Amino acid sequence: MHAVIRWGFILLLAATLAACAQPKRDAAEAERRAAEAAAAEEAERARREAEARAQGLGMPGTLSVDSLDDPQSPLSGRLVYFEYDSDTIRPEFIPMLEAHSLYLSQNPNARVRLEGHTDERGTREYNLALGERRAQAVRRVMNLNGARDNQLEVISFGEEMPVAFAQTEDAWAQNRRVEIVYEVRR
Amino acid sequence: MNRRSLQSWCLGVLLLVAGQASAVLEVTVTEGITGAIPVAVAPFVWEGAGSPPEDVAQIVGANLARTGRFDALARERLPRAPDTPEGFLAESWSSAGAEYLVIGRMRPQEGRVVIDFHVFDVLANQRMGGFRIPAPADQLRRGAHRVSDIVFETITGDRGAFSARIAYVAVTGQGDDRRHALEVADSDGANPRAMFRSNQPLMSPEWSPDGRDLVYVSFENRRSEIFRQNVETGARTRLASFPGINSAPTWSPDGTRLAMSLSRDGSPNIYVMDLATGALTQITRTNAIDTEPAWSPDGQTLYFTSDRSGSAQIYQMRLPGGTPQRLTYEGTSAGAATVSPDGKSLVYVRGGDGLRLARLDLETRRETLLTRGRFDKSPSFAPNGSMVIYSTTDRGRGILGSVSRDGRVHQRFAPRTGDVREPAWSPL
Repeated sequence: MHAVIRWGFILLLAATLAACAQPKRDAAEAERRAAEAAAAEEAERARREAEARAQGLGMPGTLSVDSLDDPQSPLSGRLVYFEYDSDTIRPEFIPMLEAHSLYLSQNPNARVRLEGHTDERGTREYNLALGERRAQAVRRVMNLNGARDNQLEVISFGEEMPVAFAQTEDAWAQNRRVEIVYEVRR
Repeated sequence: MNRRSLQSWCLGVLLLVAGQASAVLEVTVTEGITGAIPVAVAPFVWEGAGSPPEDVAQIVGANLARTGRFDALARERLPRAPDTPEGFLAESWSSAGAEYLVIGRMRPQEGRVVIDFHVFDVLANQRMGGFRIPAPADQLRRGAHRVSDIVFETITGDRGAFSARIAYVAVTGQGDDRRHALEVADSDGANPRAMFRSNQPLMSPEWSPDGRDLVYVSFENRRSEIFRQNVETGARTRLASFPGINSAPTWSPDGTRLAMSLSRDGSPNIYVMDLATGALTQITRTNAIDTEPAWSPDGQTLYFTSDRSGSAQIYQMRLPGGTPQRLTYEGTSAGAATVSPDGKSLVYVRGGDGLRLARLDLETRRETLLTRGRFDKSPSFAPNGSMVIYSTTDRGRGILGSVSRDGRVHQRFAPRTGDVREPAWSPL
């Protein structure tokens, strides 16, 4: 019994210390990461825009099936990221989605699965619905840019399949995503 | 910290031994109350050969202590228990600090164990009741939970929920090796058994009102679908696989219908499925997210989450065809309501400063914050209404927590490896 009491104390103490120490450090850390992520995102956006221009987007014939594997092609981008609790497509993802739409319109047999995901903030069943909403938003943009309905399948996994596991703003930002998965390439 | 509250912290620390393949949960009382009732549970006399298959008195004492309402006195401090109820001497137990005493004997008999036990009110110097329970010899633990229910009800007048079970989702491994299992365990986390395993996510388990079946969402076909599974036989049926999401199934109290959230028409709405015919009735019609339905005990009202106002909040709607009324205003969001068995309150997940559980009194509309975690989700009321079990995290790991209805007693159920989440308490 004495050992149990001692362990009880240690657990209690540890829990109390952890509870007291955690929030401040997390807040500063989250802020720093958010700033870093924003900077990286901005650079990435500029790079993609330049790339999209260089690829001559909108010029039929430039997007062969090989460009799906070409790291220089906007078609290599398969991830759309979202703000917290939002299904709004951020402008930096439009060129990439236009490229996929163009590819799909040129390859009528090609099909993609749009897999919506969320972070862990929010209740699980609500997040399943939010993930679907994000995938539907991507589908709308691709529809408007020439992809046909039967080429686009919307699926939601909600918060069930995270790619980043830390409880930080950075990890959450990575998990709030739609993945574009080619089921049939041409 | 006084001696008694120190004990209620520590007595609950149990290591539970159970089946190999399933997650074993370790239960800890992390916050108890002062003024818990001191109870002595004397070791039960074993009349068979060798040593008894289970330490029933220990299980009963631990069950009582975990409610936070009792303080089970350490065995070393107890006087020798009388062999018969007639030998009860109140003075020796009151001087040991006990206000109540439980004594018992166990006798093996043709594959069963007959448990005889007695409950005494030490201060009133009287026997409150004597009971006999037969338990299958290989299920003596369940017998111990039934003894706990009877002792609890004899002393408090409230029904116990120790015989109830919990279903939950256990997750092990990472990346492509991630495995999900739907497990069912005793109310103290012992005897976990995997009902279904998948390398794709499982979510939203709920019990049928007769405790024989579970419904849940499985992604085994790479999309959300609703399945029903018999707990004893393991037989499974797919109930809903409509276009879009198939989510949040929950049984009507009479067991004939299932409320769920389907997005077959574009956005998630609440539907009710007649289980005999499979016929669907659409309950809500919005372009918003309507999900997480929960029934009132009389089956006349559905509570659900909707973001029709811009943020997720909880609404109530009379059946059939009432107008949804918003119930929650306190947090930046609200969802995943669970209804108390008496139908008088909801416990839900309140967003704002993290995700925390709050209780809403449906008559007074008064709210009480129950937990202080950052990710407290998926609450489920115990069938006697005394506690709520929920998902929470501990340094990034998914564990289960439980909190008494008044928010004063907190426990944690943690597996040794992996994560557990989305607990659902069975009916009694």
